[in-house]
Amino acid sequence: MTILAPSVLDPEPLDTAAIRADFPILSRTVRDGRPLVYLDSGATAQRPRQVLDAERAFLEQHNAAVHRGAHQLAEEATDAYESARARIATFVGADPYEVVFTKNATEGINLVAYAFSNASIRTALGPESARFALGPGDEIVVTELEHHANLVPWQELCRRTGAVLRWYGVTDDGRLDLDSLELSRRTKVVAFAHQSNVLGTVLPVAELVSRARAVGALTVLDACQSVPHQQVNLTASGVDFAAFSGHKMLGPSGVGVLWGRGELLAAMPPFLTGGSMIELVRMEGTTYAPPPQRFEAGVPMTSQAVGLGAAVDYLNGIGMDAVAAHERALTAAALDGLRSVPGVRLVGPADLESRGGAVSFVVDGVHAHDVGQVLDDRGLAVRVGHHCAWPLHRRFGVAATVRATFAVYNTPEEVAALVDGVHAAREFFGVS
Amino acid sequence: MYQEIILDHYRSPHGAGLREPFDAESFQINPTCGDEITLRVALDGDTVSDVSHETLGCSISQASASVLTDLVVGRSVADSLTVLAAFQEMAQGRGQVEPDEDVLGDGVAFAGVARYPARVKCALLGWMAFKDAVSRGVTAGDAGSGSTARENA
Repeated sequence: MTILAPSVLDPEPLDTAAIRADFPILSRTVRDGRPLVYLDSGATAQRPRQVLDAERAFLEQHNAAVHRGAHQLAEEATDAYESARARIATFVGADPYEVVFTKNATEGINLVAYAFSNASIRTALGPESARFALGPGDEIVVTELEHHANLVPWQELCRRTGAVLRWYGVTDDGRLDLDSLELSRRTKVVAFAHQSNVLGTVLPVAELVSRARAVGALTVLDACQSVPHQQVNLTASGVDFAAFSGHKMLGPSGVGVLWGRGELLAAMPPFLTGGSMIELVRMEGTTYAPPPQRFEAGVPMTSQAVGLGAAVDYLNGIGMDAVAAHERALTAAALDGLRSVPGVRLVGPADLESRGGAVSFVVDGVHAHDVGQVLDDRGLAVRVGHHCAWPLHRRFGVAATVRATFAVYNTPEEVAALVDGVHAAREFFGVS
Repeated sequence: MYQEIILDHYRSPHGAGLREPFDAESFQINPTCGDEITLRVALDGDTVSDVSHETLGCSISQASASVLTDLVVGRSVADSLTVLAAFQEMAQGRGQVEPDEDVLGDGVAFAGVARYPARVKCALLGWMAFKDAVSRGVTAGDAGSGSTARENA
């Protein structure tokens, strides 16, 4: 059986050398002059000159506090900020007013959780917010493969409201076990990753949405590991909320997106409050601005939003289908290569079906930290540890894994260097 | 970083496997990687009479717990804490601290770890467990209760 999907057999569509030339950091050396092999884009991606230049140009020419002031710079800054919002919205198949800028995906998910929390305290809020209220007897459902960012906020929301957390399990081959849980009318929220940051598994979004809808539950998608790597249309996905981070998609850190269906955002109470999220303020009380401003209290990150707009332009210039095909080929090569190393156990789906480019593994007899150290000494940057998915690692009976993740600038040669490095680690620790 | 001494201790760690009797036990985790150690200390009056541990971790954390066993067993509590302080100073010294072999013995092999900030916690995991356990043991002894302290997660 071949694990190669047809698209992998297509001729290499990307000029990787030209793409790499856009990323200044990729030409540096590490650990005594070794070329950097960066395989940790799942943690944070590197940024092309186009993103760095856009931030600098904004700061040198247009910087001002957005949505305040009537001077020329304020106008230009607001235009740049809102233009970025519009382009990012288009990139994920959304309307601009449904796109809320947050610090990152973690803040986006917390925003939803705290808005629900606020709605659960049924005092002086309009009846429209009642649909977000939770209490004892209600359930929040997540999955066992979640990043802590899509787990801990829900645990905390349960603690505050008395709701109960339940979760879908994971099968031995790293797929979601859809038979492990039945939703019920008590289920109010179903939160899940689009793509596992450890296993690479792409979750069955349509099926989960359909199950959630059948019981009237709202869905929250952690899209951190999907939006940077494949064409994602949030509106068409059927989910109600989604969050992703700029720094994982060639953009700046300090900016992310919470997307929500317009009618839901319009009914949802705010999380952070203060300047610019208001409609009318009196000493006695305040009414809220419509979304997205309702959820953007304070002077927001601005050059970062502009930079994320530039990142989206950059990805569009390549084409997300080409990005996905490129990363798929690298993933196939990594799975094949690592499988050929004795003592390597992949943690995650062995084939490319519904699978993205996060490849995690353990090496029998060599701790993940030690594998990572040998790789680091050879110039390879990978992630070691539990990758903020500790329960998932516990599920697979391992304390830590080695994880390689790919982006548009990675090459087959770098995948080969990874496989060589794992061989070297086994040799060094005497298990070969 | 991987001195031969470290690899030797990693391959055959001293003090590995939890033993009875003991006066105090400490469970420590490294939240960034999930590594964990359970370490037991037995005291004979003011002397550290035994250390045993179960370590789920990398070569550095296992070797460090092994070296710790060699360095503290048979010493007075006060002396063992002096060694601990020296080890900690070296490990956190970013490679700028010249270790004293008279105090640290095989522990000097971990000087290289100090140049890798992400691994310093690995090297210190066992030592932090020892510090915790020994303070519990001393407290329990002072109180005359002889009770066993457990888990400090």
